[in-house]
Amino acid sequence: MTLRERLREKISAAFYRHGLLCASYPVPIILFTSASILTCCYPLLRLPLPGTGPVEFTTGGRDYSVPSHEPQGDLGERPDWYRGPPVAYIQQVLVKAAVSPWDSSLVPVDVFRSPLSRAFSLLEEIRNHVHSDGSGVRSLESLCLQVTDLFPGLRRMQSVLPEHGCLLVSPGNYWQNQQELFDSDPDLLKTIQKHEPKGLSTSATLRDLLFGVPGKYTGVSHYNRKRVVTYTITIVLSTYDARFLGSLRSRLKQLHPSANCSLRDDHMVHVHFKEEIGIAELIPLVTTYIILFAYIYFSTRKIDMVKSKWGLALAAVVTVLSSLLMSVGLCTLFGLTPTLNGGEIFPYLVVVIGLENVLVLTKSVVSTPVDLEVKLRIAQGLSNESWSIMKNMATELCIILIGYFTLVPAIQEFCLFAVVGLVSDFFLQMFFFTTVLSIDIRRMELADLNRRLPAEAGLPPPKPGPLRPREAPPPPRPSPHTITLQTPAFRNLRLPKRLRVVYFLARTRLAQRIIMVGTVIWIGILVYTDPAGIRTYLAAQVSEQSPLGDPGGGALPPHLGGAPVFRGVDPTSTLSIHPAPDPTPLPDNHSQGHHDGAGRAGPLPQPPPPAVPQITWGPEDQEGWRRLSFRHWPSLFSYYNITLAKRYISILPVIPVTVHLSPQEAIETRHPQDTRHPPPSIPKVSADLQTDLTLYKVAALGLAAGVLLVLLLFCLYRVLCPRNYGQNGVSHGRRRRGELPCDDYGYSPPVSEISPLLLRGHSMDIECLASDGMLLASCCLAGQIRVWDAQTGDCLTVIPHQGLKRSSSSSGFWDQRDGWDGVGGASEFECLGSDPPLSDGLSEEDGFPLRRRSAPSRPTLFTDQPDLTPLIDTNFASQPPSHLCTPPPSHLCTPPRDGFDFGGLVERAYIEHEPPSPSTYPSASSSPPSGVPLQRRLSGGDASASLTPERGSAAGTQATADWESSVWALELRGNLIAAGRSSGKLELWDAVEGSLRCVNEDGGSGITALAFLNNR
Amino acid sequence: MSLTLTAMSNSAGTGGQQEWSGPGQTPGPSRGPYISVITNRTTNLLIRGAMLFSVGVFLSLVLNLLQVQRNVTLFPPDVISSIFSSAWWVPPCCGTASAGIGLLYPFIDRRLGEPHKFKREWSSVMRCVAVFVGINHASAKVDFANNVQLSLTLAALSIGLWWTFDRSRSGFGLGVSIALLATLATQVLVYNGVFQYTSPDFLYIRSWLPCIFFAGVITMGNIGRQLALYEYKFIQEKTHQD
Repeated sequence: MTLRERLREKISAAFYRHGLLCASYPVPIILFTSASILTCCYPLLRLPLPGTGPVEFTTGGRDYSVPSHEPQGDLGERPDWYRGPPVAYIQQVLVKAAVSPWDSSLVPVDVFRSPLSRAFSLLEEIRNHVHSDGSGVRSLESLCLQVTDLFPGLRRMQSVLPEHGCLLVSPGNYWQNQQELFDSDPDLLKTIQKHEPKGLSTSATLRDLLFGVPGKYTGVSHYNRKRVVTYTITIVLSTYDARFLGSLRSRLKQLHPSANCSLRDDHMVHVHFKEEIGIAELIPLVTTYIILFAYIYFSTRKIDMVKSKWGLALAAVVTVLSSLLMSVGLCTLFGLTPTLNGGEIFPYLVVVIGLENVLVLTKSVVSTPVDLEVKLRIAQGLSNESWSIMKNMATELCIILIGYFTLVPAIQEFCLFAVVGLVSDFFLQMFFFTTVLSIDIRRMELADLNRRLPAEAGLPPPKPGPLRPREAPPPPRPSPHTITLQTPAFRNLRLPKRLRVVYFLARTRLAQRIIMVGTVIWIGILVYTDPAGIRTYLAAQVSEQSPLGDPGGGALPPHLGGAPVFRGVDPTSTLSIHPAPDPTPLPDNHSQGHHDGAGRAGPLPQPPPPAVPQITWGPEDQEGWRRLSFRHWPSLFSYYNITLAKRYISILPVIPVTVHLSPQEAIETRHPQDTRHPPPSIPKVSADLQTDLTLYKVAALGLAAGVLLVLLLFCLYRVLCPRNYGQNGVSHGRRRRGELPCDDYGYSPPVSEISPLLLRGHSMDIECLASDGMLLASCCLAGQIRVWDAQTGDCLTVIPHQGLKRSSSSSGFWDQRDGWDGVGGASEFECLGSDPPLSDGLSEEDGFPLRRRSAPSRPTLFTDQPDLTPLIDTNFASQPPSHLCTPPPSHLCTPPRDGFDFGGLVERAYIEHEPPSPSTYPSASSSPPSGVPLQRRLSGGDASASLTPERGSAAGTQATADWESSVWALELRGNLIAAGRSSGKLELWDAVEGSLRCVNEDGGSGITALAFLNNR
Repeated sequence: MSLTLTAMSNSAGTGGQQEWSGPGQTPGPSRGPYISVITNRTTNLLIRGAMLFSVGVFLSLVLNLLQVQRNVTLFPPDVISSIFSSAWWVPPCCGTASAGIGLLYPFIDRRLGEPHKFKREWSSVMRCVAVFVGINHASAKVDFANNVQLSLTLAALSIGLWWTFDRSRSGFGLGVSIALLATLATQVLVYNGVFQYTSPDFLYIRSWLPCIFFAGVITMGNIGRQLALYEYKFIQEKTHQD
């Protein structure tokens, strides 16, 4: 015995014991495992959430100095990115301008034309500002961030954004910073709108970039009721010079004093940007995840023979995922900080760890003998695979260890994670998954037991004693009208490919899932990149590094930020009318009334706009850039091919500038065309509409997209499923029923796409049908009994009418009959029926007497049966063109004229699974609702006489068969066909050989119903 | 380059593609008119070729994105702005090459008379594709100390890929020869100035290119064999029935 074998035995024994343990105490073990998972994952809480949102850090502005490159240990407050100089310093000059006092002679354009024109003089002022002191002369040119070309893809912005010079943006950029162009511009709004992207955009637009405040707050529109225009002049500096900036600030303040401004100007905010996930990085990432999911899908698909496949698949995935989490948690616990992008390496880790062991375990346990106890099964299955599991794990560990010695830091880290992950995965497999498996197998055994018990209870005792009461319900059997086709086991393999695709889609609900996943991803992307600042807010909550929680600031959602507008507009009207008893409902009422007024517009007297537009400086202005999308700065810099990823910028406190313009100035700066714009008729409605317009637009677009999607799916459905989907597939042209009732290889469509199978051969109307699933016995008025293979439609046996057979046993007679039956065998009954035949029938009356002679007994029997149809036709459009079927009223079909034998055409339509009940069964008159009634009125005799066939000993034929007797009842069981005749004779035929087995002539009147009782 | 990309794209794309084609492709031995179309040899070949081609195109696009991101390859500047981020001829080349490789592998298997039986299931194919993408990812993103280290690591990874998912001598031989051919073709292409590498260290190309080619060939062959398995099953069951 080698060492290897001994080792193997030991491992196997250990696994056996372990399996016993797991299966014996499932609940404690699962609890223990969950507890250990949670413990190991606990250190993960300390890791920052992954995200792309920027991180902020605030320092005092007065004693600012550029942070050094070397990390300083003592400054615990400082985030680790706050090192070295920033990419740029952002200095914003926030301008609020208004024409005051407002004159009624002014037109809406005046609200923003003259304030905007002031930007040019301010720009001049800033550009030409020079600070000189002992150390030298500094101008903006020397301090600002010099930019070169725009990014090549942005040629359309060339006219707007500065190139080859200072990065200094303001609304003046729309007019190339030239006052003349501005003055000669007839429509300012059009110029601004010209550069807006079409459609909806979530990231920073050019308008936001140039104005420096979100478009809503600029006030540059015709409907600005507050009549205050806000914009910023953004100066991007490469070096920080406190003295220059201080002098600029004081100069601007001196020129345009802001009276009530109390903005703090003593702190700088440093904003650090994470690495952006661009579309270029997203695509490979998504691809790896798709591959990962495909891998998981194909792996878990192999789990079989268990109670709940989904449950086990979930357990397998949970095993892998939590082992990964545990590995990260453990690594963090021991001091390793993950530097790799977790999202990127995660799929590879899963693939390396793999689901194989789990599957192998399941397979091995499942393949143990079923009759063993659950404990033993688990233990055996474990020990069977113990060696291979250990071997695989050792191999993988070796490979990973080799990888560890590549000495590449990234690979080393990956390998470390993988090793810890492998070990914890092994642990979880052994404890968690094995236990889940044991629970599952126990459940399966219980379910099996439960299923077996009621099934056995429902069956009658297998060997009934002789004293068994006769009323005992007959064993379930198909009633004569419902023919149950045994669906072939390989049915699903025979489906046409098109249908299989559809079924696959339907079964897996692929479309819904894709839409759902798409929605989730979309929402996720929105949340991830959201411009509204929710993430910033969250990040501020989560990470301790940003103490700038900013209570009243711009992190608030925009609708709250808009509150001052209302406050400014109608404080006099509303607030004085409602002396609010309760402070909270007031804002609601207030805004409600406001909106109501907007809705009704006309009748309500609107509060007059304030004569003097007030310029207020609130705390929200202090950090107005917060209201911008956090992509604002990255996109501005990216235009010049400067990336902010993993770098930071410093935002200096804003310089407030208040500009009051007199009406005269406003009128002077007017463009001649400005006055031609008619004032908007209902400005208020439009103003409100404008704010809500985006919402409506989105809603309308969404609705349209939904409708489009529905239409698209509908079209797809029509393409995939032809119009006659669900009927038989004539249009396929592949199954021509005339020659080939069924595909010769036995194509038997499943129930869901059933198509009628024509069984041809009977010369007369079908009287009775009986089936046991595989065989179908039918009897026509001529007394001929045919046995068909229900699957293929082949006629197996023909049992001719007894009398006929006896009188002329030559087959030539039958051939002859067939010949003329085809011509008019069916029309005979039409003529006899109460309804006169249609045109086709008339032409064939010539042959009538002849037939009458040859079968003299029949007419007398059936004169009272106008309903009997030669074709049991269910009006499925499946018939070959030769079967011209006249529709109801009379259910009569004109016989085909081409002389083939269609006399006893049988067409099965839907198979109905009527529960065979002893009471409804004997009367053969229950007709399937969808089919044409296979109805037979009983001319005499007891309708419910149920006769038990008795096996007579006389195998010989009773020669006294009478012409008058026709088959009234037919029953099939196994190889025996029992036929009850109108004369009361009961015959038993061998279905395969076609020979008469016995005859019983006890009954005096006709037999109308038959039932086999339990194989006696 | 294009060949490598093709191979890479082939293997990676198969993952996504085959997930859906897999269930659809399991019709079994039926001989219905629809099925017979699939059983038909030529049609089957065409379907497989098309599948492999699309996989190749997809993978080439995705993996090229990885390379372009890191400025490993340089294409003429106008093309970069396009969403496909590479010259138009790269994806078709990759697709064609992957189709060829994917069809060649089962063919050679059949010629040698030894159908590949090792780990023939979709989950293993997916794993193979994932590892292949990972190798590409590593080649593009991980910062190695020097190129020799990078190349050696990738070579080891590629051999590991072969050992884990293939383990057939024919596969190894084919992989090596195709990888050498592809490297040669890339050298010629770069020499003629069709495109270039930012920092070539092996004549005109990167030294890790053969490893990537090899891994791609193995992956594509794996996918091709798995696809061919259905046809093989058909034939087997057909003979069974007959």
